[in-house]
Amino acid sequence: MTDTRRDGETMAGDADARSRQDKRQQWRVVPGPAVPPPGQNRLRDPRTALAVEIGRLAAGLSRRLGLGSGGIIGGRLALSVQPRALSRLAAGRRVVMVTGTNGKTTTTQLVAEALRSQAPAVSNATGANMLDGHVAALMTSHDAPFAALEVDELHLAQVTGQFEPSVVVLLNLSRDQLDRIGEIRTVEASLRNALAQAPGTHVIANRDDPNIVSAAADHSSVTWVSGGVRWKDDALNCPRCGAFLGDSDRAWRCACGLSRPEADWTVTGTGAVGPDGRHRDLALRLPGHVNRVNATFALAVGLHLGCEEDAVLARIAEIDQASGRYGMVRLAGRQVRLLLAKNPASWLEMLDLVSGQDRPLVLVVNSREADGYDVSWLWDIDFDSLRGRTVLVAGDRALDLAVRLRYAGVRCEVHTAVDDALAVVADGVPDVIANYTAFRDLFARKERR
Amino acid sequence: MMKDPVRIALVLPDLLGTYGDRGNVIVLEQRLRWRGIDTETVTVLSSADAVPEHCDLYVIGGGEDVAQVAAVRFLHRGPGLLRAVDRGAPVLGICGGLQVLGTCFTTGDGEQHAGLGLVDAVTEPGDGRAIGEVTTHSTLGGVGMLTGFENHLGRTRLGPQAQPLGRVARGTGNGHDNAEGAVTGHVVCTYLHGPVLARNPKLADLLLEWAIGEPLEPLPEPPELTALRTERTRANLRNRK
Ligand SMILES: [Zn+2]
Repeated sequence: MTDTRRDGETMAGDADARSRQDKRQQWRVVPGPAVPPPGQNRLRDPRTALAVEIGRLAAGLSRRLGLGSGGIIGGRLALSVQPRALSRLAAGRRVVMVTGTNGKTTTTQLVAEALRSQAPAVSNATGANMLDGHVAALMTSHDAPFAALEVDELHLAQVTGQFEPSVVVLLNLSRDQLDRIGEIRTVEASLRNALAQAPGTHVIANRDDPNIVSAAADHSSVTWVSGGVRWKDDALNCPRCGAFLGDSDRAWRCACGLSRPEADWTVTGTGAVGPDGRHRDLALRLPGHVNRVNATFALAVGLHLGCEEDAVLARIAEIDQASGRYGMVRLAGRQVRLLLAKNPASWLEMLDLVSGQDRPLVLVVNSREADGYDVSWLWDIDFDSLRGRTVLVAGDRALDLAVRLRYAGVRCEVHTAVDDALAVVADGVPDVIANYTAFRDLFARKERR
Repeated sequence: MMKDPVRIALVLPDLLGTYGDRGNVIVLEQRLRWRGIDTETVTVLSSADAVPEHCDLYVIGGGEDVAQVAAVRFLHRGPGLLRAVDRGAPVLGICGGLQVLGTCFTTGDGEQHAGLGLVDAVTEPGDGRAIGEVTTHSTLGGVGMLTGFENHLGRTRLGPQAQPLGRVARGTGNGHDNAEGAVTGHVVCTYLHGPVLARNPKLADLLLEWAIGEPLEPLPEPPELTALRTERTRANLRNRK
């Protein structure tokens, strides 16, 4: 959700046929091993070459001036020079687009690592998940044959309007920042439309989320992953006709024709069973069931694109954080584990992760623009698993959280700042669960060891 | 003497429960339990036959247009809710719930739908979503200032049979006559999320007293709730859109 910008993107571009006379090869394209060579030289088109040059220059200057990582501005400028930069830069590569409400960033990193077991892959690791971020990521290397790109749910349709990715990963869909993004039905319709524009794309989708099933069911080429869905309140009714479905964990078939597909991959307590019926162990450094699900998506992508299984498994096992998620950082002189939770579904996953142990726990909730201003969703979360523990709360909306915890029967202490909370927290490595801007700010000011 | 538990109906959370409004039921249950009163929640999903008639209090939340239309179709199916209201059982309708309990509402696509007519209120789409913090002064005795968060396209005009729940001090509310929400008898409707009963315990207790039919002993207000109400109603709180 980084750098979310939901208006002002104008990608409409003329096809710019005028500058194709220049056939000189300006960069040598080195394909990775065992990967088909790119179908065309991405930079043969001078306008794209110019766009990339200007974009890179701007990105470099932005970095030098300390204005940030430079990705967005570089991508934005490149797009202003060559509106079709995305499809030009994607041409000849195997591009994997990853979307869904939760787990995009982590899964994108897992996919990128899976692909790197075979050949170089670029990725928008900074979380800039709209078109300028994609262009910026693709500009970083002309010869990487793979790209793993996280995409905002409502922007996948713009991407497939420009080119057909090799693979689209659809993770899940649940309520998130209702005062800003809008309702799930709108998002699902947009994803369905995005896939309709890409009949040649292979889709790897969550069969346990009816909203995702509805988005992908009409596509001709889908691999279905079953990992269970912890948050079910957005999946009780058919996304297409509104009829009651009941428990989405069981086989369901709606009168309108939509039904739960058979699973190709099933996530277990220790790994995943593939389409061949064989169980693979997933000995991950990333914690929890939710990351076994994310890793199974990455494994399915890797195998679909011809990577070697053992190499993929070895690579994804080693990842221990994704843009700070799940990572150990130093804050206020203490080692803490930083966890991101930004909506009811991801809070449930993170609460699962911290329950059953008594590490000190700090919860941080903000309500800035990128979080959404309404925090009523705190009441959608079941905090019962924290009873008996003392929780420290901080952030812009610490008081809302404290009232919520009071009604859940969970003792808490309110602190103005996270540092104040960490100063009084008991010994041990605290878990800090923070929502989007709170997490981003904490991660940005982590201390060097 | 053993009393029957107070039965709270959470009506159609699968259709009208998008904005954390289930929290209102958590608040009602807990405020009863803190007083040693048994409580039982009856969740009425859209898979049920109809709304049961014999609950003591009904809570209906908000949702998107399609869900709201499906909800009103469901509610028209049986006389349960109307009979409960005739008996004097309190009903709390939030946002979409307000529109559904009103006389009629027009969805974003221009289609007009008949509501349940429990409050004299007509809703039509406005020219933009009203999003932000709201503060009102309640017209209900003893309830005082109400605080909440609104997020709605509809603008609601009250007829002579309904009184507003509050007078808007900040925010949009119904969008007509400085009014927020609607009250007729024990049917209370509002655009306020938050959830509204979490931020406004006096309104929660008033509904509970109506449900039980007798006064409740007061509960001390937890300090974080006092602080939250102060924070949310600060005059200089930015009403960000
Ligand atoms: Zn259906």
